[in-house]
Amino acid sequence: MNARPLFRKMLPASLLVALVAGAAWMLPSQAQNKVSAAAGKQSVVEHGKYLAQAGDCIACHTVPGAKIFSGNRPMPTPFGTLYAPNITPDRDTGIGKWSADDFYNMMHTGRSPKGYLLYPAMPFASYTKVTRADSDAIFAYLRSVPAVRQQSRDHDLRFPYNNRALLIGWRTLYFKEGEYQPDRSKSVEWNRGAYLVQGLGHCAMCHTPINALGGSSQERAFQGGLIPMQNWYAPSLTSNREAGLGDWALQDIVDLLQMGVSNRGTVYGPMAEVTFNSLQFMSDEDIRAMAVYLKSLPADQGPASDPAEAPARADINQAYSEGRRIYAARCATCHGAEGRGKLPHYPPLARNQSIGMSSAVNPIRMVLNGGYPPGTRRNPMPYGMPPFAQDLNDNEIAAVVTFIRTAWGNRGAPVTAREVNQLRSATVE
Amino acid sequence: MKILNASIAIALAGYAGAAVGQATAADRIPDTMEARVQACIGCHGPQGRGVENVYFPRLAGKPAGYLYNQLVAFRDGRRKYVPMNYLLAYLPDAYLMRMAEHFASLNPPPLAQPRVDRPAQLLRDGQRIVTEGVPGKKIPACIACHGAELGGREPGIPGLLGLRADYVSAQLGAWRFGVRTALEPDCMQFIASSLSEPEVAAVSAHLASLPVTTSRPVRQPGVRLPLACGSQPSTTMPKQEARR
Repeated sequence: MNARPLFRKMLPASLLVALVAGAAWMLPSQAQNKVSAAAGKQSVVEHGKYLAQAGDCIACHTVPGAKIFSGNRPMPTPFGTLYAPNITPDRDTGIGKWSADDFYNMMHTGRSPKGYLLYPAMPFASYTKVTRADSDAIFAYLRSVPAVRQQSRDHDLRFPYNNRALLIGWRTLYFKEGEYQPDRSKSVEWNRGAYLVQGLGHCAMCHTPINALGGSSQERAFQGGLIPMQNWYAPSLTSNREAGLGDWALQDIVDLLQMGVSNRGTVYGPMAEVTFNSLQFMSDEDIRAMAVYLKSLPADQGPASDPAEAPARADINQAYSEGRRIYAARCATCHGAEGRGKLPHYPPLARNQSIGMSSAVNPIRMVLNGGYPPGTRRNPMPYGMPPFAQDLNDNEIAAVVTFIRTAWGNRGAPVTAREVNQLRSATVE
Repeated sequence: MKILNASIAIALAGYAGAAVGQATAADRIPDTMEARVQACIGCHGPQGRGVENVYFPRLAGKPAGYLYNQLVAFRDGRRKYVPMNYLLAYLPDAYLMRMAEHFASLNPPPLAQPRVDRPAQLLRDGQRIVTEGVPGKKIPACIACHGAELGGREPGIPGLLGLRADYVSAQLGAWRFGVRTALEPDCMQFIASSLSEPEVAAVSAHLASLPVTTSRPVRQPGVRLPLACGSQPSTTMPKQEARR
């Protein structure tokens, strides 16, 4: 009988379930069973919310500032603009008529209850690995949010991509259906991390190179790639020298993912979104498991033709000395004369893999647009980097990025004013 | 409980140890709002006092509620300017409020206003709209809401001094075409779309011609304004304001 007042006080759901379950075992009455069922449902919803955060559903299914999961956020792709649908429990415009089976089928096979094939902007190639129990919990949570009556917009895709029949071919090439299968030779923690990274986390969507068909190939998993339309480069997560995590301390990976800043680097752009909406809410155990798994990814060969190896160094002397002058005047106050940064809020530039990686997109964008790391539970008031687009011209930015990419043991390729100019006009959603 | 306390103590000790081990004086990042908003001053000037560039307005001394509403509007895309939308995209409400309060509390000397070389008749037309409004179109005088001295009004209405003519007319244009929006009811949307092009030019020129004074936002809780504005809650919810 203790359970009722406790219920009103809203004790943490898990504790409540334990208490109620205990009471029910001792006093198996109908009333108790009802409380138990309600509490159990509540804890499933809470768990589902956590998993929905791990899957970052909000990123696509909610327009910033609008009601949660009411859909219609535009997602520009090379094939046209997709609009993520309303997934609130509204019966006519949302998923109010769906069953848990429908939801699991959609997650697992990429087919809607009406039988049509989903575009792979919905990461079902990753979500297929999610267990039935986790899928059911997410569905229970989605059923618990306020229903919003809002018609989902039709996708605006160019010919021939507006023909869903083409997806049959895409699925043959890039989609392998099946829940995550644990690797018994690895630890429980490693398997938990792999499940989250490969499944709900859908990290491969950005960190695996995307080809002309919008597919990410298995054999190049996590080798990094340019994110279409967003003009950011998602670094390799394997242990190669680009941005691999092989020589990172576990805690630095944890901090980067969960806090948004670390002693090795900071998340900006699309990854800031992932930390803000998803990773900051994940438990220490889960984040650590993801870090353990990521750190274990084997090294790959790296890009076939690495511009860093190109014999262009003799030509860059002028840009280098101009860049050094600009760096001393504009950057050194925060990042230090030797590029060591001030940890963790002013990231190091020396031996920072994301500075020297084969694509110079990210460092150029940082100098042009500046950026704030996401405000997170562990770092609620982040320090920001000012934009320099209004102060420095294309040549000056090319010079300073060239300097940063080649100083202090960094081995990036020089940058041209033309590359800077292309990114200057890059739009951000 | 004991276990909990012990683990907190260990965590704190670990944290302190790490801090001592790492940070030398030169490496230390000041734990201040001033250091946190360095990203803003490149465009808005030291202490948010404004810069030569017409389109980067002064932030210092504007009412915190106004600044906060703008930060949220930029973050959520209700006010569109790509560099600001991008910078603020992943910052939480509480932090944006701290930023707003920070700039609201500053009052550095304003930049000298460049001389406005516009026809006298235009400036006179502008002055009339600013002080009397356009009664035929039900447009109230600017001073009715923005303060008799145009220093703004707490908590949500900005001062209008020290803004260049091109900036003011660009903002009115943005309101008219939906690129800039405020909380509903969006009173400025009504005003901006009711003003004619020559009226916008006159108001912008007159405001820019005024000397920048040290006037601060007025604080007059409970005063009823001529239009209901979502960004000035007292105009839409007079009872709630009175209760406070």
